[in-house]
Amino acid sequence: MDERTLLDVLVAASALTLASAMPFLYSALGEVFSQLSGVFNLGVEGIMLMGAFSSIYVASDMGLNAGLAAGVVTGMLVGAFLGLVMSFVSVTMHADQGISGIGITLLGRGLSTTLFILLADGVLLVESFQPIAIPLLSQLPVLGEILFRQNIMVYGALLLVPVTAWILRRTTWGLQIRAVGQNPAAADAMGVDVVRVRYSAVILGGTMAGLAGASMPLALTNVFQVNMTAGVGFIAVAMVYFGGWSPWRVMLGSLLFSAAYNLQIWVQVLDVRIFGEAIPVNILLMMPYVLAIFVLIFARDMQRFRPQAMNKPFRRGD
Amino acid sequence: MRAPDLKVTRMRGLALLILLVALPAGVVVRAQDPLRIALVTPSSIRDLAWSQSIYTSLLELQEELGGESTLQFAYSEAMSSVSAASETIRGYAEDGYDLIIAHGTQYGTSIFDLAPEFPETSFAWGTATNTGEDQGINNVYAYLASAEEGGYVNGVLAGLMTKTNVIGAIGPIPAGDVRLYISGFTRGVKASNPDAEVLVVYVGSFSDIAAGTTNGRTLLAAGADVLTGTSQVVVGAIEAVRSAGGFWFSTQSDQGDVWPGTVVSSQVYNWVPMLRDMIERYREGEYGGIAYRLTLANDGLRIAFGTVDISSDMLVAAGNAVEEIIAGNIELSS
Repeated sequence: MDERTLLDVLVAASALTLASAMPFLYSALGEVFSQLSGVFNLGVEGIMLMGAFSSIYVASDMGLNAGLAAGVVTGMLVGAFLGLVMSFVSVTMHADQGISGIGITLLGRGLSTTLFILLADGVLLVESFQPIAIPLLSQLPVLGEILFRQNIMVYGALLLVPVTAWILRRTTWGLQIRAVGQNPAAADAMGVDVVRVRYSAVILGGTMAGLAGASMPLALTNVFQVNMTAGVGFIAVAMVYFGGWSPWRVMLGSLLFSAAYNLQIWVQVLDVRIFGEAIPVNILLMMPYVLAIFVLIFARDMQRFRPQAMNKPFRRGD
Repeated sequence: MRAPDLKVTRMRGLALLILLVALPAGVVVRAQDPLRIALVTPSSIRDLAWSQSIYTSLLELQEELGGESTLQFAYSEAMSSVSAASETIRGYAEDGYDLIIAHGTQYGTSIFDLAPEFPETSFAWGTATNTGEDQGINNVYAYLASAEEGGYVNGVLAGLMTKTNVIGAIGPIPAGDVRLYISGFTRGVKASNPDAEVLVVYVGSFSDIAAGTTNGRTLLAAGADVLTGTSQVVVGAIEAVRSAGGFWFSTQSDQGDVWPGTVVSSQVYNWVPMLRDMIERYREGEYGGIAYRLTLANDGLRIAFGTVDISSDMLVAAGNAVEEIIAGNIELSS
């Protein structure tokens, strides 16, 4: 340990930061679509749990043994279905979005636990996606190890950032999503089908939450456990606020939160002391969350990007 | 005068005979009423750790005592919400369960709230040492596993196993059972390999197995080739060390079946002797007042080996460590 340089530590921490930011990225980018369309989906956590369970159950040889790709697709389909349920409840039935989302989360948590016990007898393991070294780029000093020796789902999460930004800024559908989130009545008057656009955005958000859930066992942990998302879905919702509904800033938030967590692990590993005193572990473990709260306070200006119709059911003529 | 109706008399006699036979038989049936145990666990009974250990012990005890006709048990798992668990425990008490086991330190307040209200129900909770006797409560048992003992044995083996002289230990939070285990493990490593370094990290969660994976990978990146850890949060870390070709030492449940080529040895919590004693005391009308401690000496702790090839020297070292702890020659409690 003594010969380890600060650079070694930073490279190792950064590489793991990218991997551990992956589920935040998928779920938060999906939530950007949903919230920009005017639907605040607090069900991300539950959708992730269902995505995680269904994907590993399909992929694992302890389950259906259909392979990793089938697992990913299943996680996305399950997420899409729960997104459809959320759409129906909040868009068609005009239910309170916050309560509907919490309902979806409780449903996902309970159902994934029950299915895990009934179908898998409590143990599900899988040989997850392996790192792919990008030719030439992976040989780069420092950056090569951090950026270009990740697995395909980490690359996918990073690539989704510009794709999401492009869809929201440059496509008709993206503009429609933002329009129905800002002023659904005006969009409706312009001939935009508000209900259809909100359904599509929330279903896509659900699909990405399912993908986020799938990414945990299939590209990070190799294993499923009850409640394994442990609040990632809720933090992802906070990331969207922090990021002012911008995919790029959402990525920044995800990386910052993950970096803070990974750096505090290294502070524990290296037994870093201040004036000869060990830093209490509980203080270290709080740091990512304290950081998130501070960032949210200083990012209050981001509220100006808030979709004005978020959390408001649309009824033509209201 | 009518002659007695022999048929009726015979029927009455038969009814009397049945009554005479049935009465004591009824008493016998009453005496053999199955004992009813309820278990509340903070995580899944298949968590490969804390909750699974007591669930497995209850199954074993049920089989030993003759099955469901003698011992019935119900369980509520993954009760991470203390308020929900409290209501569940109350429900079991109202349903007349004889012994209610609240398998988590966080359930203590609920137990002490309910125990005076249900004086003929026996309650047990752990990790804990407080039975509430100082509050006049006499129907609560407390229990604690001396996790440091098996931790020491695992540590002795890990110290002999490491090639890099860097060993990692992972816990959910620095408290109770976790602290005991990691403390014993570290002492064991130092005893068998003073040159080895033990790096300790805490995840900050019992359920965030992705964070467990990240912590495990960080320890591997820091040079560790052997890891250990406690609670259900470590399953991701076991996968991380398996993928890297390293070795793992378990505690609470035997994880060797799930990771046969990776888990060298497991400290297994055997709750059977403690539960058996509670049941016997219940039958005798005693409902609490004892703080149990699982140790290697009382068979509450066992060391289970996986299928990883280890040298005979290592086996001897582990055996010696067990003997020395049982003999009281190694002081681990401080």
